[in-house]
This record gives sequence, C-alpha cells and structure tokens, in this order.
Amino acid sequence: MTQIKLSKCKIDQLVALCDEHGNQPGELINILHKAQELFGYLPREVQEVIARQLNIPVSKVYGVVTFYSFFSMTPKGEHPISVCMGTACYVRGAEKVLDEFKRLLNINVGETTPDGKFSLTSLRCVGACGLAPVVLIGEKVYGRVVPGDVEKILQEFQ
Amino acid sequence: MNENITLKIDNREVSVPKGTTILEAARGMGIDIPTLCYMNLEGMCIKNAPASCRLCVVEVKGRRNLAPSCATRCENGMEVHTNTIRVLNARRTVMELILSDHPSDCLVCAKSGNCELQNAAIKLGIREIPFQGEQTEYRVDLSPSIRRDMSKCIYCRRCETMCNQVQTVGALGAANRGFGAVVMPAFDLDLKDTECTFCGQCVAVCPVGALTEIDHTNRLIRDLANPKKTVIVQTAPAVRAALGEEFGLEPGTSVTGKMVAALRQLGFAKVFDTDFAADLTIMEEGTELLGRLGAFLNGDKDVKLPIITSCCPGWVNFFEKQFPDLLDLPSSARSPQQMFGSIAKTYWAEKMGIPREDLVVVSVMPCIAKKFECERDEFKTNGDPDVNYSITTRELASLIKRTNINFMQLPDEDFDAPLGESTGAAVIFGASGGVMEAALRTAYELQTGKTLDNVNFENVRGMEGLKEATIDVNGVELKVAVAHTLGNARKLMEAIRAGQCHYHAIEVMACPGGCIGGGGQPLHHGNSELLKARTRALYTEDEGKHLRKSHENPYIISLYEEFLGKPMSEKAHHLLHTCYFNRGKEFIEQ
Amino acid sequence: MNYKMHILVCGGTGCRASASAQIITRLEECLRDKNLEDEVQVIATGCFGFCEKGPIVKIMPDNTFYVQVKPDDAEEIVNEHIIKGRKVERLLYKDPERKVAVSDSKHMGFYKKQLRIALRNCGFIDPENIEEYIARDGYSALAKCLTEMKPEEVIAEIKLSGLRGRGGAGFPTGMKWEFASKYQADQKYVVCNADEGDPGAFMDRSIMEGDPHSIIEAMAICGYSIGATKGLVYIRAEYPLAIHRLQVAIKQAKEFGLLGENIFGTGFHFDIEIRYGAGAFVCGEETALIHSMEGQRGEPTMKPPFPAEAGYLNRPTNVNNVETLANIPVIITRGANWFNKIGTERSKGTKVFALAGKINNVGLIEVPMGTTLREVIYEIGGGIKNGKKFKAVQTGGPSGGCLTEKHLDVPIDFDNLLASGSMMGSGGMIVMDEDDCMVSVAKFYLDFTVEESCGKCTPCRVGNKRLYEILDKITQGKGTMEDLDTLQNLSQVIKDTALCGLGQTSPNPVLSTLNNFYDEYVAHIRDHKCPAGKCKALLSFHIDPELCIGCGLCARNCPVDAIVGERKSPHFIDTSKCIKCGTCIEKCKFKAISTR
Repeated sequence: MTQIKLSKCKIDQLVALCDEHGNQPGELINILHKAQELFGYLPREVQEVIARQLNIPVSKVYGVVTFYSFFSMTPKGEHPISVCMGTACYVRGAEKVLDEFKRLLNINVGETTPDGKFSLTSLRCVGACGLAPVVLIGEKVYGRVVPGDVEKILQEFQ
Repeated sequence: MNENITLKIDNREVSVPKGTTILEAARGMGIDIPTLCYMNLEGMCIKNAPASCRLCVVEVKGRRNLAPSCATRCENGMEVHTNTIRVLNARRTVMELILSDHPSDCLVCAKSGNCELQNAAIKLGIREIPFQGEQTEYRVDLSPSIRRDMSKCIYCRRCETMCNQVQTVGALGAANRGFGAVVMPAFDLDLKDTECTFCGQCVAVCPVGALTEIDHTNRLIRDLANPKKTVIVQTAPAVRAALGEEFGLEPGTSVTGKMVAALRQLGFAKVFDTDFAADLTIMEEGTELLGRLGAFLNGDKDVKLPIITSCCPGWVNFFEKQFPDLLDLPSSARSPQQMFGSIAKTYWAEKMGIPREDLVVVSVMPCIAKKFECERDEFKTNGDPDVNYSITTRELASLIKRTNINFMQLPDEDFDAPLGESTGAAVIFGASGGVMEAALRTAYELQTGKTLDNVNFENVRGMEGLKEATIDVNGVELKVAVAHTLGNARKLMEAIRAGQCHYHAIEVMACPGGCIGGGGQPLHHGNSELLKARTRALYTEDEGKHLRKSHENPYIISLYEEFLGKPMSEKAHHLLHTCYFNRGKEFIEQ
Repeated sequence: MNYKMHILVCGGTGCRASASAQIITRLEECLRDKNLEDEVQVIATGCFGFCEKGPIVKIMPDNTFYVQVKPDDAEEIVNEHIIKGRKVERLLYKDPERKVAVSDSKHMGFYKKQLRIALRNCGFIDPENIEEYIARDGYSALAKCLTEMKPEEVIAEIKLSGLRGRGGAGFPTGMKWEFASKYQADQKYVVCNADEGDPGAFMDRSIMEGDPHSIIEAMAICGYSIGATKGLVYIRAEYPLAIHRLQVAIKQAKEFGLLGENIFGTGFHFDIEIRYGAGAFVCGEETALIHSMEGQRGEPTMKPPFPAEAGYLNRPTNVNNVETLANIPVIITRGANWFNKIGTERSKGTKVFALAGKINNVGLIEVPMGTTLREVIYEIGGGIKNGKKFKAVQTGGPSGGCLTEKHLDVPIDFDNLLASGSMMGSGGMIVMDEDDCMVSVAKFYLDFTVEESCGKCTPCRVGNKRLYEILDKITQGKGTMEDLDTLQNLSQVIKDTALCGLGQTSPNPVLSTLNNFYDEYVAHIRDHKCPAGKCKALLSFHIDPELCIGCGLCARNCPVDAIVGERKSPHFIDTSKCIKCGTCIEKCKFKAISTR
C-alpha cells in the first residue's frame, strides 16, 4: 500500500475545497488555484488528495500542474520576485536586470534562495509597459529598473 | 448515411465513405503514407490519432499548410498529393527533428529491427541529422516487468492512450510542456509505486524503445548452462498462436509443435504446458463457482457473487489497487502459471526426486505482468519462487534466433508428460472468453451430470469489449459476462459497487482480445487483424483436440487421485489458491 | 447625487503600479477637508491609454488632463483647480515639439489620430458602477437585439459590419456566429477569450478593467444570436484587477436583471461564469482554451471539428476575444453601416494597439484600420525615444514579424500586415531602435515560443527548440552561413506542418528578420560582430582613457568590481571579471565607456 502523509487539517481543508466544486474533474484547474492559495504551492500530497477526491488518476493532476506555469511544486520565497520579460521590458533591458537578480541571489529562475527569503521568476507582461522594465516583489511594483538598482532593491527586504 | 466522397489522391480518383480520412483512403489505394503516432486497432475501439508527429502530412490543393492525413477527413473534389517535393522535404525535416532528440544507440536498443521510428527513418532515407542541440534525458526506471527509458520517448502518446482511455489505469500521463513534454507517472515515480498493473499494453504499442519488457533471456541462458540445475519450462496457450509471426509465418499459424521442439533444443529438461494448469484452474475455479452459486441459491447471505476469474495478473493488480473493497469477489484460485509452478515444485519434483533448490521453473508468457506475478511473496516458499521467472513470446523468439535454431525447419514435437497434457478448454484460455467457456463446459457437466451436446459457447467469443451469455444449468439461469481490457472491467466493477450487477460469474482479461493481445506478444504495430488471426488459431486448435473439457484430462484426474484429493481440498487450497491484498493508496493523517 | 465636478483617476494596472490608488485616497481626503465630498466625485476609471505619462488624472467637465501625478499633488489639485478654478500648470502635458502645455487631451498628438470604439468607455466611466455604463447607452444594444431583432438579424448585422476577430487571425465574427447558430444542441456556449498572453499586449486587460459591462453585454447578444444561455470568460489568473472588475460587473448586471432569467421580460436568459487560466500562452488557441476550461492540459486539437460544432463539453461553442466583443454593442446601436465605413476594404473598424518599446509615448491606442505605421509611431507615439534612429517595429507578438522603414507607409490592416510578413495578432506593437539586435529579438521570441509550446506536435516541440539553438549559436558568434539556410528551411517546415496557430506562426520572427535584416545575421556570423552592440559574447567593454576623468562612478556601480583605477586618473576594465551588464555605460556621464 502506498502511504500518503498529510496533516489532518490540511486534508480536511482540501476535501472541503473539492466538495465546494462538486468534486468535478472539470473543476480541476479552479481547485488547484484555490489549493495553491491555501498552501502556497502544490506538493505531491496535495495533488494526491485532490486526485482521490475528484476520482481521477494523480498522473492527470500532475500533468495539469506541470503544464501551467502558474502552478508550482516548490514553495515560493517569502518575497517572490518577478521580473517582467514581456517584449516592452525586454527591449528596455529586462534581461540584464534579471541576470543581476540571478547573480546577487545566486539562484536561477524558478528557484528559491536556501534561506527561503527570495524566489525568482520571470513573467510575461504585467501590462505596465510605460514603466518598463518592471520588477514585482510581492505586491510592490518597481518601474524603470536598471541593473544598478537591484542591490538597493534587495536591501529593502533584508 | 452511406454518402460517398469522391476525391483525387496522387491524380487517381477514389470514392470513399463520408468520414474517411485521407490516410485511410490512401492506404486503401496502396499508397503507404508513413505514420508514427497514429495507431488504430480497428474493430476494437482502440485509437490514438492525436495528429501530433506530423510525419503523415500531405499536400491538399488550396490549403495554406500541409494536412496531417491521419486526421484530415476526405472532402468532395479534394486534390491530395502525398509525394510532392514540399511534402517529402517536410517529412524529412520532421523526421530529422524527432531523431535530433532521440538517442542514437539503435545497435543496442531492445527495439532495434522492430522499431517503428527506425523503419520510418529507413523509409524516408535519412542519412544524417542536421540538427545538433539539447536532448531530453531521463533516468531509467526498472520495475519487475517494465523497463522505462523516457529518453527514447517520441511523445506519440500511444502508451498514454492505452493506460488511460483503454485500461483506465492512469499510471502514465503527459507531463510538463514544450521541449520537456513527456509521458511519465505522476512525480516521475517508479512504476512500481504507481497504479500500474504491469498489463504491458504501453509496451505493446510503444513504437520505440522507451517502454520495453524486463529481459530475462541472459539469465535463462545462464541457468540452462548450469549443470546443477534442472530447468523446466511451461508455455502459455497464446504463445503458440503468435510465435510464428516472429519467423515470418502467416499470422494465425499455430506453431505448437515447432515451439516445443525449439524449447527442447534450447536445453530445457522438460517442456511442459501451462495448458495443463489451465485445466487444473478450471477444476478449482469451476468448483468454487458451483460452490458459491449453490450457497447463494440456498440463501447464504455471506457468499458473494459474482465470482470473477483471477488468471490474469494485470487484472489482479488492477483490482487490488483500484477496488480493494471488493477483494472477496475474485476467485481465490491462482493463475495457471502459478498453479503450474506450485505443482511442479511439489508433486512433480517429489515424483522426480529433484530438490526444490535445484529446480528452475521458467514460463513463456504472452504477458509481462507475469514477471511481476512470479515475484509475489504469496507465491514463494522460503523465498524461492514457485515460478522462478517468466519470459515473453518476444524473448523466446529472440532466444531461438540467438541460438542458431532454424525454427522453420524444426519438426513438430509433443509436450512432455505429465504436465504437458491438456484439453481444448485450456487452449482457448488465450482468447477473451476462453476461460469462461472452459469453465462453462466443466461446470455444466459437473452440475447437471449431463453431457454437453455443443461445447462451443459462441456468445462469449469475439472482440466485443463486453460480452454476456445466459446458460440454463438444471433450471438455473446462469448469467455470465466477459470483459477484456481493464476499462471494460472497470465498467463491470463499478456496476457491482453500485449494486447494479446481475451476473453470477465474470471473466476478465486485461489485454485487448485476451492473452493473444498480451504485452509480451510479437508487436501488432496497430494491426488488429493480427489479433483476430491469433484468436482463430486457438479456436481451431481447440476444435482439433480429442478432449475439449478440462475435467476429462486424464492427467488432471490422476493428479487429484494421487496428490490433491479433490478440488478445493485442503491441500488444493494450500497449493492452488491465494488471497488478495489492498494495494490502494492510504492517506495517513499526521 | 448631482456632482458638479468629477475627478477621473486612472485605475488601470500601469497607473496603479505608480500609486494611483493613493492619489484617489489623498484626493478624497482633501475634498472631505474642504467639505466638497458632495460636490466633487473621485472616480477610479479604466486605462486612459497614455501609460507613458501615468498616473493620469482628468478633471471633468473642463477636460483637464494631468499627467504623472503623485499622491502629494492631490492637495494642490483640489486647492488650485477645484476650489480656485486655476489649472495646475506643472502637471499639464507639455507638447514636446511646441514646448507648450496642453490641457485638453483632444489636442495632444497622442490622442488626435485615435478613434476609440472598443476603448470608448475606458477612462470615462467608473467600471465598478453599472449606472455609468448604462448612462453611456450601455445595454441598449442588448435591449434592441432582444426586443426588435431576430437572432438571424443580429448575425446579419454583425456580418454586414465586416467585423473580424481581434485575437489574431482575423476570422469574420459574423460568420463564426452563424456557424455556431446552425448546430443544434441541448446547450451551447459563448466563450470570451480573455487569456491575453502576448507579451507586450494588454488591451484586453484594459478593456476588462475599464469597461467590463461591454463584454457582458456583447456575450449576451452573442448568446441570443447563436442560441446559447451560458457564457464563460476564460481569463488569465495574473489579471487580478480585471477579474475583480468582471466579478463586480457580473454581479451588478444580475442585480439589474441584465443577466439571469427573463432578460428585459423577453424570456431570454443568459448567465456568465468566470474560468481561470493558469499561465499558458497556447490557451489563446481556441481548442486549447476549451480543454483548459474542461480542467485539462491546454493542448490544441485538430480542427475540424471546430468549436462551433463540438467545443466546450462537446457542445457548440463560440469563442471571441475581448476586443472583438467590445465592438459588438456599438455596432448594434450605431448600425453596421456606420461601422463598415471605418477602416479599409477588407478590415473594418478600428484596432487597439499596445504601443511600447523605444518610443516616446508608450500606451494603449486605438486607430482606424488603414492608419499607417508612420502615423502611429511618429504622430501618436511621438517618435523614437532619446532621438535614436528607428529600426523596426514588431507587430503581432510571437506570431508576428519585424517591419522596417520600407513598411512605414503601409496602411495597417489584417491583409497588409500579412503581406508584409507580419500579422495583426492581438495588437502588440513594439518599436525598436538602432540599439536593438534583430537576431536577439528573433531569439527572444523563439525563447518565448519554446517556453510556451505545449509540446504536442514535433515541429513546435523540437523544431522551435532547434531554431532557438541556432539563433543562440549565432548570437554567440559561432554560427555558420549554412545555419541561415537551415533557419530558412526549418522555419518553412514548421509553418507548414505545426498543429496549431502557435506553431504555424512561431517562425515568423525568424523569417521576417532574415528577410529584412539578413546583413545583421551575416555580420554576426562572418564578422563576429553585433552591429547593435547587444550580443554580449561579441562585445568587450572598454574605457577611453582620453575621455575618462577618473570620477569613479562606474567603479562604484559595477556589480562585480571589474573596474579599477586611481581617483582622477583613467580607469580600466578587467575583462576577465566583466559580466557585460552595461551599468557602467549607463552611469558614465562622459561617454567614456564603449563596447567593441
């Protein structure tokens, strides 16, 4: 027997969540959105419980989770950093800004620093093209960022 | 409804029924458009046509881009060209792209020579791969039955179709996207840690070497060469109906005699037949059926019906993992492979005076789940498996070729006695419906004491996914059903769970068409005619048998007289029956 | 309540990023302090479009347009403008040529050539107040359809208008509706494709944020025409504000009886649900979108069957993009014959573009079809930033191509863009200058496509990856002339064989740059030079000792301490440490640092 371990309250929350959506397989993506809100990410255990509740193979849940870039199987950092790599930001130098974040944090896109403080992602167009290049840290928006600003920005969160 | 469409393919006019694809129309005209992802087991509702490999593209006049012929329906007045320079260039480039993300280790690949990718590359005349670049790499996952090497996956997704649509197992699924898209278990778990039943249908359809069986041929060669060991073999019924294909024989040619001769030449001490154990299975399972049915009719509330066959190891894995609440329904009878092993290592070994540790029992199976079954703890005595290991029909063919045996020139030979004798009832175990038919022949006669006029139960034969029949047994209407593929089995199990199932007995085989379509058989490459031909071969062999009812097998009769007592005796229970375990997922709260 | 004045503050995502919410709070505080809260109303509107100059604050009724407003300016606006009636001169837009302040947006170059149909309400109404939408003729089109027109008449009107889908390929909308109306089923669906994924296009989001009711009204009209009673909006989860505004709008529409049972007492009922995307560009393709709504991986499937025959849950489904839908109510109220007089022969109406990149006026613009690129870039866009030289404009996002000087006078419409080697796409328009390397731009788009490919078909899964790798090789200076032939052939085959629109158009950035900037490719390969100075591997940074005064600013800003030198004497760059980030060039006030 394969054992899946998860705290009781988490299982209960997930079960309730799936119930709210009628345990319909068609609701999988909506449920994953809510589950990610709840747990911050979608670890194996969460996917297993959702699969059981919706009566679908967990490989299908995993297939959906790994298809969409919004879903993550690793916890985000305390301060998630998103560098906009939309075209407008790109032509205004977003790549260099991203490189500088990578260099200073010593992580790659999609990773979290070992202390769990920062995670780094690139995203496609936040629609603030007038402010390009744009960096989001949590809810906070930084506009017209140049590589030289990056260290200063990070220091705000130290 | 039967509207016809007229179109031109390569300047030839053709008329086809509405809904026909360009590929079907072209093949009907003898135009052999290459395909890779496309697979259609006609008449069996098994189809994979994602139109994703893009190898089968053709030019359709007036269309901006090329059309995938496998998924483009013919239309009136269409002008199709299948071999213009534009088409050939596109196909070659697509092929070069596929190869640029595929390891070039063909010489040592299990699929070499029988690989659809290799064949297509040959057909397209590929001489170099102009693209260098990243190749996707994955670890190799070894389970008791299946070798999974996704570095070779070309993302045709036939395995995904088999595992999900056909088998409803869902162990394999598409994961990731873009260049990293691949078919794998959730979280890239080892197959053994998933819902996988080892039915092997993924292996049966994989066009490349990404999914192959665990190969025991070298182990077997070593054992055969070991003078201290007595190595005996049993062969499953479906093997003889398909082995010939590996040697270029017409599909449906039964090669029982040559197969026995080849096995003898390979050096097996005895060449026995799983069919013997199939007859034994009927004795045990048939008796269990009559017992449960009788108790039920007498109002025993504890007895559970329907009784469900338990010969198929893929099916056993399936219900242990997916229906752990219904473990008391399947017959407790072991599979013929395991009954054989058990009897060989007790009754026969004692008779021959061979110590258990010196006896190696090998099976040749159309199946790869049998490899897993051999390793089950229930079927071991002090750690020694009743059947040491199992090889597939394909592995046997490979061994025969490797050892310079000219199969075509072999004489027909007979199985050894006593475990080589069987009836026609056992032979048809290899086809869907065969176990049920064999059980009915025996159960009817044992119950009524009358002789069956007609032993052929046509209702349970054929490629229909779900079949049913009602038989009057001494005034009792015995209702039976037969399912092949696990998806069809699931339908019945869910009906049972919902209390909506009125059958008394059910036969389930995991593979399409039963064992003849097993995961260890010569590859059908999407040709369902092959499966039908194999089925016919088994029924023909049954017709030709002198004895066609299991309980008439004289060696079975003497086995009971000499050793087991009677069916369902304590000794029979110990040696020929088993119990099932909940192998589902358990959620532990912390 | 009858307000005497309204202060409209842009509440679009771009302006909110520059603290427009705080501006609203401060304005309201100031008004309360002066006891003006009953006379002057502050409204958070949708996007004004002029993002370059955001946050925008507009005072009505005198149409004063303030730009780059900060929260601290609120007090002055209230004290000066509202109370004393004096415009705050320093917050007015300065015409860059005439150097004079312009207070009314009508007279700004940015707005002069625009014609706002899809964006008609953005920046004018409070998107969270249905009454403001109704006050501007909102829901009158739906009323007209339900009470005066038969479904087939509505479809005929849309067909007559010549409206074509604004999401990419430009399929005639009326025909699409007609197909969906012909199929019979127990349930049909209207789907609004709001999964705007094109990096650099944000018009759909702006419409949903600024005028959500126009989408709701259009979906109901479509539902009536094709016989559907259910609508679904498939929207990016990354658009929280748009989602919020849509939710509010749907709720209000239900309260007003404009959604739900028996709308306008006609017996027609229609409901709308929201479905969330989860970050997959390919879901803009309608079959992929439908699979995603069904809870599956967003992989496209072969058409036919088209969604009109078998779409969501296998039922007839009509999928339209946001901007397309936003045009529908106006077409109904003002008539197809009004609409089809705007635009070119085969492309009617207007098109919204997200103008961005190296251009002075970044923002969201709407122009009649047939406007030229030159008008857009130089008149509306105000020309190239920092006086640099125009090099190319990329339209159509990852599916489009780069157009050059020679295309500047081409009237923009679906067919002309296609003929020029690009496409309309969703309306991204990125302007590039002499500093942009076109090989890198092609690589940027391929990087996007590789990341966003679903992976289903070989040409897109492997082919685009190989295109990217070859482009990368060229930007590293390791390309060969044969690579250019390979790029050309591979691009053609991908276009010819890929399964869906994403793959079929993904080589366009490569083909268009190969066509228009072949010499630049050759320079990378033969001369190992990047003419634009963008490709790091082909650059080395150095300091001109003649120009360097030794101020040390570059050394202090260098993130890797690669610059050394004594104060007041020329500095040097240690090329072994240099990561070529370019910070020093930006920081140097004496133009002493350059690349070779």
